[in-house]
Amino acid sequence: MKKYKSKTVAADPKGVDSGPHFMDGDHALAEGALAAGCRFFAGYPITPSTETFERFAERAPEVGAMFIQMEDELSAIAANIGAVWGGQKVMTVTCGPGFSLMVENIGLAAMTETPMVICNVQRAGPSTGAPTLTAQQDMMQARYGPHGDNAMIALAPDSPQECFDLAIEAFNLSEYYRVPVIILADETVGHMHEKVVIPPAEQIKIVPRNNYSGPKEDFRPYKFDGQGGHPMTRAGDGYHFHITGLTHNERGYPVVTADQNKIVVTHLMEKINGNADDIVRLEENDIDGADVVVVSYGITSRIAVKAIQDARKEGIKVGSLRMITIWPFCEKRIRELAGKIKCFVVPELNYGQMVNEVERCAGGKCEVISVNHCGGAVHEPQVILDAIRKGNK
Amino acid sequence: MSMDTAKFKNASPMAGTLRMDRMAHIWCPGCGIGSEVNAFAEAVKRSGIDPDKLAVVSGIGCTGRVAGYVDFDSIHTTHGRAIPVATGLKLANPNMKVVVFSGEGDLTGIGGNHFIHAARRNMDIVVICNNNFTYGMTGGQVTPTTPQSAISSTTPYGNHEYPFNLPFLADAAGATYIARWTSMHSRNLIQSIEEALSRKGFSFIEIISPCTTLYLRRNRLGDGVDALQFYQENAVLKHGADTREADIDFQGKIVIGKFVDKPKPDYIAALDNRCVKVVGDDYELYGKTVPEREAEEKAEKERIAARRAAVLAEEEKAKRVVTKVSAKIPVKASAKKAPAKAVKKAVAKAPAKAAAKKATAKAPAKTVKKAAVKAPAKTVTKKAAPAKKAAPKATAKKPAAKKVVAKAPAKKTRK
Repeated sequence: MKKYKSKTVAADPKGVDSGPHFMDGDHALAEGALAAGCRFFAGYPITPSTETFERFAERAPEVGAMFIQMEDELSAIAANIGAVWGGQKVMTVTCGPGFSLMVENIGLAAMTETPMVICNVQRAGPSTGAPTLTAQQDMMQARYGPHGDNAMIALAPDSPQECFDLAIEAFNLSEYYRVPVIILADETVGHMHEKVVIPPAEQIKIVPRNNYSGPKEDFRPYKFDGQGGHPMTRAGDGYHFHITGLTHNERGYPVVTADQNKIVVTHLMEKINGNADDIVRLEENDIDGADVVVVSYGITSRIAVKAIQDARKEGIKVGSLRMITIWPFCEKRIRELAGKIKCFVVPELNYGQMVNEVERCAGGKCEVISVNHCGGAVHEPQVILDAIRKGNK
Repeated sequence: MSMDTAKFKNASPMAGTLRMDRMAHIWCPGCGIGSEVNAFAEAVKRSGIDPDKLAVVSGIGCTGRVAGYVDFDSIHTTHGRAIPVATGLKLANPNMKVVVFSGEGDLTGIGGNHFIHAARRNMDIVVICNNNFTYGMTGGQVTPTTPQSAISSTTPYGNHEYPFNLPFLADAAGATYIARWTSMHSRNLIQSIEEALSRKGFSFIEIISPCTTLYLRRNRLGDGVDALQFYQENAVLKHGADTREADIDFQGKIVIGKFVDKPKPDYIAALDNRCVKVVGDDYELYGKTVPEREAEEKAEKERIAARRAAVLAEEEKAKRVVTKVSAKIPVKASAKKAPAKAVKKAVAKAPAKAAAKKATAKAPAKTVKKAAVKAPAKTVTKKAAPAKKAAPKATAKKPAAKKVVAKAPAKKTRK
């Protein structure tokens, strides 16, 4: 994993259940959150993410955390915002229909620069869709869900182990950039049982909450410079913060003008997009000299492995690029590769979402083949192999 | 802000509880929210609560702007979500006293679900609801409490929907403290907010309030002063009233008072009880066991009591001076003010002048009597302690009552 820009501390051993486990992705998300120092969880049950929710409920009294099942997703995310400003690290978990309801206050969290982690264990939609079946259909919603312009961070795990690891990663990024971070898991990863190794607490690096401690008259909850790492505060520390969803100045007071909006929006976009090099995490295999590169994420990247192995047996020079960070998009890397290879193959469990980003960044310099799917099941490796063959021609 | 303005603002008695750097506020002349916020600030001062340990959360709308003007930790949330944000804040930081200050559209329209569930959980928050029967910020639409037949911009032919009776709703959902006042009942309101701040559990205070720009104007009910006059004449004080009978008809009687005040473990206490049973005495929340947290709470209570005693002593000192002055001022004020107003009106409507003067002459007797009757009635039903406060309160109320009287002719002339 990448080095963090800010200082880190060792995890609080109380939340770290060290050792090898056999658990599913949903449970690993909860364990990751606890290891990262999350001590507050407000949520609402929804398949296929409920196991995370239940795990946290069970663990909460053991680690001294607060758990509350709210009346709906609207209030779950709202309670989390309140809890962050109350001084806690928070997480919630949901899937598509619940995420749609949360979008309102994810916007508020982005605007008020409230760090938190939201897991979307994706299921097949649209609407109620197929609650127990897998999909990756909410990729764009994670980025463009809330109205208005604000950049987001989203990560996609491909295994229960990575659910654990990325939960910690998500908290750390969220604390540094003061932005809601979305974990885009999917039903398959969420319900898949595998070996998960939880390291000892002292080996887990945590970015602690950066609370302001200077003089009261200099207190500013915001700094609009397009960077992360700025301090915030919590209720009860005596700084009498004010936060609002309205366009605001650095003191947090509403200033509703076009000029101020420019300052705030530019900051919200640039602190993420301008720091993409720090945020983007990719896993690359055999990219050098490849003619075809398979760009994938989440469970689909594990299906693609089989297709890639088969293609290599046929002598095709094929590499793989697994996006661990979905947003901000790995724009720079795609642009670099586009001039060197013949084709990108983009399998995903949706009708073609991230492929549009790949196509945009390829800019016509190479072919881009979408291997789409309507969700409900994973790809047959054969269809990805066919696309690789087609791209190699 | 010029130096003079800054000096003036910082000299305000509300400096320290209101963010003077954010004044002037956005509320219309005659709107009830201003006096409610004043009452709230006063109640906080008198309660002895550490201003650093109080957070105010608002939703969207005119009342939603309250969070932006109070000098405490404050959050201006999305529409309807003030209560869940307050819930999160409270549960994340149980040492905080959390107040939700928002409008009826925000709390019981778009946020209705959160309202009943927070009441059901007996979440330890104080919910102050400014009920002006109107979505003010968006231009005067019908709300869940608008009385039948009232005109709004979305019920141009009169409201046909059945309104919520908010105290009954809160009662049915499980709120453990329920009171209703109007924005005219400042003293009662201050006392009620103070009481709610000093207890644990879901406390709901509804304040009937005038929206002069939209509700009153559209329904041809006069201005803010007319509304206060109306409240004075139509508010029926009934402590312990059956909340089922607290409906408000268009321009009908308004039952006010403290309806419910019952002890019940709040959310965190209930959670602690359960967890101690299962986990044992070493059960911790945020690294603190139940006895540890109780000890902290007790210490804070003592500090609050000390601060409160100091504030009340200060007040008592000031009151001795104020009572002397107030014995004179109202007479002067009404003598000066009333004719001035009458003359102004007389320019427009000459024949009304006599009637106006008559009204001023009559009114004082009535209102003073009312104030005198009201104050003891209230304190009697309350705890024994406040009884001695009743007397000075009645005198302190006088100037307010006189003020209304002074302006009363406005209504008569308009009719």
